[in-house]
Amino acid sequence: MPQDRANAETFEALALPLLAPLYNFAHWLAGNRDEAEDLVQETYVKALKGFSSYAPGTNFRAWMYRILRNTFLTSRTGLKSMVSLDDDEPPVAEPATADDPESLLMARADQQQIQLALEQLPVQHREIILLSDVEEMTYKEIAELLGTPIGTVMSRLSRARKAMRELLRAKVQGASR
Amino acid sequence: MSCEWGSKLDLYADAELPESEMAQVEAHLHTCTACAAEALGRLQMKRSIHSAAARAFAPSPEFRVRVAKTVGRQRKSRLYWLPQIAFATAMIAAVVGIGFWARHAQRPDVLAEIADMHVATLASANPVDVISTDRHTVKPWFEGKLPFTFDLPELQNTEFRLIGGRVAYVGQRPSAQLLFGIRKHQISVFILQDSGNLTGLSAGPASVRRLAFNIETWSDNGLRYIVIGDTSAADVRALGNLLGATKH
Repeated sequence: MPQDRANAETFEALALPLLAPLYNFAHWLAGNRDEAEDLVQETYVKALKGFSSYAPGTNFRAWMYRILRNTFLTSRTGLKSMVSLDDDEPPVAEPATADDPESLLMARADQQQIQLALEQLPVQHREIILLSDVEEMTYKEIAELLGTPIGTVMSRLSRARKAMRELLRAKVQGASR
Repeated sequence: MSCEWGSKLDLYADAELPESEMAQVEAHLHTCTACAAEALGRLQMKRSIHSAAARAFAPSPEFRVRVAKTVGRQRKSRLYWLPQIAFATAMIAAVVGIGFWARHAQRPDVLAEIADMHVATLASANPVDVISTDRHTVKPWFEGKLPFTFDLPELQNTEFRLIGGRVAYVGQRPSAQLLFGIRKHQISVFILQDSGNLTGLSAGPASVRRLAFNIETWSDNGLRYIVIGDTSAADVRALGNLLGATKH
């Protein structure tokens, strides 16, 4: 069997099962179906073309997500949404809210509120939360995917979650008033 | 919350701490309610975000097909041929099936078909399309309607009289149907090209009784004659002989 064909078959076997999660991630990044479809389609084309550069045995899923994310960054929506976030700023200690602990907050937030809050987050916060909590990637995987040190992943994730909590708190309290 | 462990709760919730530290944090959570509530909140948030966002958007079936084509179109593997092989197999099965059906279903017994048509003719208000007792009127009427010609017998001095004729189809072949009368009975004569493969007919002449009809059939000069009537076999044979006697 020619090498190219073997590669194409391997690629198909590895890549097609990732379609649903990749599409979901793309939709969360782009915010609409058309752009999500374009992103995913382009990702598969690029990945198939560059499959020879993929090192077998390494993390294929992270490789695909990286291609998708880079594709997004160069798209119009991606360029617009990627404001620079100051990751170096030390995390601010959250004020303790004794009457509204996080566990209670989460118990009161419904699915729609969580989705709305996620949508309102800056893309960089949204993507890191998705990579960690939805794709369940390790800090190391996320660091490789984003091309940043692990420390940056940790601080950005911490900041993103804080922003998420604040958005959610506002929604839950706004709804209960 | 100003517990020194607070900074590790994210790492704990994300299972990013080394095993020994995970155990230490867990031990601490048993003694510090503030941290326990905090850790519970983080875990709940992770779980809630996962369930709210993991399947929020699904690719449409059309898009799935498009991507699969993008990935699969550029190669030709064994799997690539599967649809074609399946299609070819289905076509072969269909052709064999049609052949089988054509042999066994599409060729009913010609005599049964003849009997049906004769009964239908008797029941019809307009049994014939050309009504004439004159064979010199009836025979020319078939010109251009049939791919063959035939002779009609002189019926003078016989009990038979010609009623008329029409074009019929026997075994999907054009055929002349002639209607004769004898006393109160009517007899149909079918004349068609004899290709030798009419089901239920032997190649040679035959006298048959089918559904109480008497049938006389023979082949002459490439034409198949079938005489059918509810009169006696002798009457049917006598008409047959008249038709056969007109030849040559």
